[in-house]
Amino acid sequence: MPGIIGRKVGMTSVYGPEGENIACTVIEAGPCVVTQVKNVETDGYRAVQLSFGEKKEKNSTRAHIGHVKKANTTPKRDIIEFRDFRKEYDGLIELGKEVRVQDVFKEGDFLDAVGTSKGKGFQGVVKRHGFSGVGEATHGQHNRLRAPGSMGNASFASRVPKGKRLAGRMGNDRVKVTNLQVVKIMADQNLIVVSGSVPGAKNSTIILQK
Amino acid sequence: MADLIKVVEQEYTAAREKMPDFKAGDTVNVHVKIKEGNKERIQQFQGVVIQRRGYGTNGETFTVRKVSNGVGVERIFPITSPSIDKVEILKDGKVRRAKLYYMKGRQGKSARIKEKI
Repeated sequence: MPGIIGRKVGMTSVYGPEGENIACTVIEAGPCVVTQVKNVETDGYRAVQLSFGEKKEKNSTRAHIGHVKKANTTPKRDIIEFRDFRKEYDGLIELGKEVRVQDVFKEGDFLDAVGTSKGKGFQGVVKRHGFSGVGEATHGQHNRLRAPGSMGNASFASRVPKGKRLAGRMGNDRVKVTNLQVVKIMADQNLIVVSGSVPGAKNSTIILQK
Repeated sequence: MADLIKVVEQEYTAAREKMPDFKAGDTVNVHVKIKEGNKERIQQFQGVVIQRRGYGTNGETFTVRKVSNGVGVERIFPITSPSIDKVEILKDGKVRRAKLYYMKGRQGKSARIKEKI
C-alpha cells in the first residue's frame, strides 16, 4: 500500500471548521527518495523502497553507500519497503525520484501510522495487561495489591499454562494505529498534521500508510 | 525541533495576541459565535474571570463565572478559540489571588469584588 516515512515532531491542537478543538500530532513526512523499485520479473513481487532522513557517510556501511548511489542520493537513516504502490503512482516511483507528502496524502484522508512505542521497562501485570490487582487493602491483606493472583489449577495441569500473561518488559514494540484522519498538510514545510496520537517518542520514525 | 510545532501553531498565535489583557477578578463580556444550522449568531456571556491558565501558550484558557437564576455557571474558553468573537472588559477587579476559587462558595454580598480605581 502507498505510504511515506516521517519523523514525529510532537503534539498540539488545532481548530476544525466548526470551531471544535482537535488534538493532533505533527509529523515531518518526507521528502523520501526511491532507492529501489522491485518488480515481479526480478524480485517476484512489486514493491517500492523509500528512504528518509540524513545519515553521515562515516557512519554508513560501504554496502549502504553503494546502494543509495544507484539512486544518486546520500546515505539515509530509514529504509522502508512499501508493497504494491498502485498503478496511479507509476509516474512517481522511479529510482532516485523524490516522494513528497502531498503526492501520497491529501487533507481528509484516513491513514495508518506505524511506530515503535515508548519503552516502559519491566512492568507488573496491572500496568502491562490491565489486571485489576487483588481486592482490598485492608482486612488482613498484606502487600499483594498489584499481584497477579492465582495462575492455574492444582491437581490437573499442575503447571502454569503457556502464554499466561505475566510481568515483563513493556513497550518498545511496533504499534500500528489505524484510521487517523489527515487534518492538514503543509507542503512547503513537509509537515502533515493527523488527528489523535501516534506511537513513539518525539523524533522517532513513523510510517504513514494509506 | 520545537520550531516545526510553532509552524503549525502560528495560525492561532494572532488570535492570542489580539486578546485584550484581562486577568482574574475582572468582569468581562464574552461574545461567542453560535452556529445554528447554517445561521450564525452571537451570544454574550458576562461574568467574573476566576482564572487564566497556561499563560503564554496556545493552550491557554480562561474561566468566566456568573450566577444565573441563583445557579452558578462557569464556562471555560480556550483563548485561541475561533468561536470567540470578542471579549469586552467591563470592570477592573482588585483581587489578591490569581485563581479565585473562593468565589465558588460565595453568593450575594460576599461575592462582590472591589474595583480598581
